[in-house]
Amino acid sequence: MTPELGQLALILALLLALAQGILPLLGAWHGNRALMAVARPAAAGQAVFVALAFGILVWAFVHFDFSVQYVADNSNLALPWYYRIAAVWGAHEGSLLLWIFILNVWTVALAAFSQKLPEVFAARVLAVMGLIAVGFLAFIIFTSNPFGRLLPMPGDGADLNPVLQDPGMTFHPPVLYTGYVGFSVAFAFSIAALLGGGLEQAWVRWARPWTNIAWAFLTLGIVAGSWWAYAELGWGGWWFWDPVENASFMPWLVGAALIHAQAITEKRGGLRAWTILLSIFAFSLSLLGTFLVRSGVLTSVHAFASDPRRGIFILIFLTLVVGGSLLLYALRAPKVASGKPFKPVSRESALLIGNLMFAVAAAMVLLGTLFPLIGDALNLGRISVGPPYFGFLFPLLMLPVVLLLPFGPFLRWGKGEAPMLKQILLRAGIAAAACAIVAAFFVDGQLKAIAGVAAAVWIVAGVLLYAYKRWREMPRGRRYPAEMAGMLLAHLGVGVFVAGVLLSESLSVTSDVRMAPGQTEHVGGYDFRFDGVHRASGPNWRADQGVITVTRDGRQLTVMHPQKRTYLRGQVQTESAVDAGIFRDLYVALGEPMDANKVEDAWSLRLYYKPFIRWIWGGGLLMMLGGFVCAADKRFRLRRAATDAVAAESLQVQETHA
Amino acid sequence: MNPTRKRRLTIVVLIVAAAALAVGLGVYALQNNMNYLLTPSQVQSGQAADYKTFRLGGMVKAGSIQRSSDSLKVTFTVVDAGGAMPVEYTGILPDLFRDNQSVIATGHMDGARFVATEVLAKHDETYMPKELKDAMAKAHADKKVGDESAQGDMP
Repeated sequence: MTPELGQLALILALLLALAQGILPLLGAWHGNRALMAVARPAAAGQAVFVALAFGILVWAFVHFDFSVQYVADNSNLALPWYYRIAAVWGAHEGSLLLWIFILNVWTVALAAFSQKLPEVFAARVLAVMGLIAVGFLAFIIFTSNPFGRLLPMPGDGADLNPVLQDPGMTFHPPVLYTGYVGFSVAFAFSIAALLGGGLEQAWVRWARPWTNIAWAFLTLGIVAGSWWAYAELGWGGWWFWDPVENASFMPWLVGAALIHAQAITEKRGGLRAWTILLSIFAFSLSLLGTFLVRSGVLTSVHAFASDPRRGIFILIFLTLVVGGSLLLYALRAPKVASGKPFKPVSRESALLIGNLMFAVAAAMVLLGTLFPLIGDALNLGRISVGPPYFGFLFPLLMLPVVLLLPFGPFLRWGKGEAPMLKQILLRAGIAAAACAIVAAFFVDGQLKAIAGVAAAVWIVAGVLLYAYKRWREMPRGRRYPAEMAGMLLAHLGVGVFVAGVLLSESLSVTSDVRMAPGQTEHVGGYDFRFDGVHRASGPNWRADQGVITVTRDGRQLTVMHPQKRTYLRGQVQTESAVDAGIFRDLYVALGEPMDANKVEDAWSLRLYYKPFIRWIWGGGLLMMLGGFVCAADKRFRLRRAATDAVAAESLQVQETHA
Repeated sequence: MNPTRKRRLTIVVLIVAAAALAVGLGVYALQNNMNYLLTPSQVQSGQAADYKTFRLGGMVKAGSIQRSSDSLKVTFTVVDAGGAMPVEYTGILPDLFRDNQSVIATGHMDGARFVATEVLAKHDETYMPKELKDAMAKAHADKKVGDESAQGDMP
């Protein structure tokens, strides 16, 4: 198949995206149903062409078509097939193609499930999705064509960055992008609401599962990225406050706030303007994330060396999206009505405080991430903001969230009851204090670890108390609807996550040592014996493979094989060896031979004992699961009848206008 | 005041209080955690005197890497167009650390030596961090060294 077909498909997709973005908006404005009806077929057609382009690129990779520049740059004959497919999104052009492909998947899903929405509203929503697609398709076609030819065709290609040759990396970008792009749905809803001048509670109810699913995917993507950094970057950390990590974290924080704000708007009608604003920010930060990774303005492990034209294009696009939507917000938001009143002690207040904390945390991360750019613009010199900045501010901002979390579900909408709160405060507080005291004996008085246990027990006790209350008070079958179960799971995840972070941060034992064969080191209660290094090889690499035997109290536990790989093009890559467990990980990575000519001799090694580190990802996965379970609630679908009524009504209005 | 106004006032007060707190803490945390990137020639011209901790960026001078025979201590020289700085580091160096590789080391001055607590080399070996490139270009222009030789070969 010729790659030019791929480019042609992209151009056709751009034309269809233009049709999808402009015609339905005009139709909605003038009440022209024929123009509004363009949205769905245009979206479907665009998706077909983008899928075709994506398929052609995959095909080129699978069949070693090195006449395509992008394929030649990112794969070679020795690269296994699964990494050749992953190589499609291994660099700039292909990952943008993946971005637009995922946007089309979301748009098609939206087109299919939005049949029951009022016609005008659905047309506007789909049009906004179309406009986003126009931006990205133009970006690909004009600055980042993945189908560019390389003539004469080389016999073999370069290589996929070895850092990306890892199972975690094959699915991290698609999942992360699914999350990023998913926020476009909430964004499109908000823009459509602003254009129409009203945000019906029923529409927010309909939008909620979309936000939840996007957020859940983003959570999974971040967890996968964190796991990958831990296993692949070779120094055993799980989060570095790297600009690109921050780029994915900011939409996550705003997304978490948005999920809770949408709950208020849907159930009580309040905070509509705030919900709309958060939707705009969540998607804008997703775009900013793409901008930060792609433009290379910030130094990071992910930064690709790149063309300044691309940065400028994304910057203009970003300005249009953020500036345009905020302008629209400023003009139209006052028209969006306000909801039912609430007292200071109420679920709304608790959610609002949580929302503020998430928003401020996102702003704090944004400031720290962009500060090098600000410093540069103000001529302050080359500045970067160190991880301690985030490490100091973030826990501080999350503390109120953790403290309030157990109360949230117990509080009633509108007006909460103080005696009930005192009861929970007492019970969860006693549980947390008791566990903290017990834990203190096990962790040698490490304050951080004790705080971790107390905070985790506080949250988990709160969640369990609420689960018990539901069990006692509600009839069978109505105790845990999916929305409730999802909330409980996600909150449980927060508890597990907090325990994992604080325990592993405070109790980890890390040791960088020089070891000669036969030497034994004692780390965290385990004995690591270095049994030397031998050669190993794989499909496209050769490696020095260390053998480390781990024993505890004289009993052999495991033999670990960390590697120092050298790929075909000479790139060196550390493959750590991890012995995973629920309560602790043992982590070994090879440093370098002390004498480069005597590989069989002494090496520098990293020996880490990481207790509870898996709880970090476990907590993240629970939050993700919570998002998905919540989205599955029947309530979000059953009320279609009500939506139909609204639809019929607005149609009548439409017709009387016309 | 009617309930709606009262509620709005509460929200505004909350937002203002949170913003003030966030700004205060943010400024405090920023002041303590701003790391400047300097090149060896900038350090030698005295620009590092104001900072306790900073980041030193440049190229690893070819043949300057020396390991201790009994520990993980390693010394090497970081150079830019107009200066050189001996660096001492104890620990494991990144995969891409080698001669003529651009690196960024975080640490402090100890006499005439730079003692690093962290050394980073880029994951893409052909890629020099933009900030480092700019810093080196600036140092180059300041010193008016001209184009005597490749940066990595300078003493």
